[in-house]
Amino acid sequence: MWKWFHKLASPPHFYRISAILAPWLLVPGLILIGYGVYFGLFVVPMDYQQGDAFRIIYVHVPSAYLSMMAYMIMAISGGIGLIWRIKLSHAVAAAAAPLGAAFTFLALCTGSIWGRPMWGTWWEWGDPRMMSELILLFLYFGYMALRSAIDETTKADKASAVLALVGIVNVVIVHFSVEWWSSLHQGQTLMRKGGPGMDAEMLYPLLANILGFTLLFGSLLLRRIRTEVLFRERRTRWVREMILSPQGGA
Amino acid sequence: MDGFAMGGYGAYVWSCFALTFVIIVFSDWRARLRQKRVYRDIEVRLKALEDRE
Repeated sequence: MWKWFHKLASPPHFYRISAILAPWLLVPGLILIGYGVYFGLFVVPMDYQQGDAFRIIYVHVPSAYLSMMAYMIMAISGGIGLIWRIKLSHAVAAAAAPLGAAFTFLALCTGSIWGRPMWGTWWEWGDPRMMSELILLFLYFGYMALRSAIDETTKADKASAVLALVGIVNVVIVHFSVEWWSSLHQGQTLMRKGGPGMDAEMLYPLLANILGFTLLFGSLLLRRIRTEVLFRERRTRWVREMILSPQGGA
Repeated sequence: MDGFAMGGYGAYVWSCFALTFVIIVFSDWRARLRQKRVYRDIEVRLKALEDRE
């Protein structure tokens, strides 16, 4: 197990494996998203309270979930890089940040658009869920700004990993904010005691979209990690051999 | 047409799905662009080194 893990953490090995793995994540991801979007938009019945506006859930929930998952990947990878000094884990953390920021932005926008007809407002500054999600977006921006402000990669890796680890507190707040404080935002729909609070007909397309978005995210992340690995290893022998070989390696 | 209007919520629903599509495509495009740039930069540098040698 450890031998396999160490082999995977080797940049040239990861570079090769990820090229094979990425399409295997992308294709099933797109199929699941196709199913989830089609059923979410055209097949499932409208909600008895929210009408057709509830269909926004099929893009809002997967993006909100990914905004937190990307952060956890970023922070845990940064932490692993700090403790065990695995070079690849810092590359994973650096690659996860822009994607996490994109999905956080998407979660905020879709939430805001959904809030307008349901709550009568685009934004509520006192709402704990909205504010903690906004802070998450700023944490991503801060992380990326910190990385680009430090020229030396090793120093940038260490400083940004510490920032990412501290920011985990905010992810916990985002997740539990609707339980801890009174919020305009509805409570947990999927991860609550007694099972999901949705009919199976509405639930399955949502689960398909969550899984599909996760696979798509995995594929996008692998592409970014490959670029990050290539950039960091640009002076190594394996990169030189790969690029100058007749087949190339892109 | 009624299906697209979504009981008056069409603008909200469709804009969310469109935005999701745009952001995912943009993220993928940016990632591909950076990958190409990094690869090309390394290639140019290595070929220059090889020519010098």
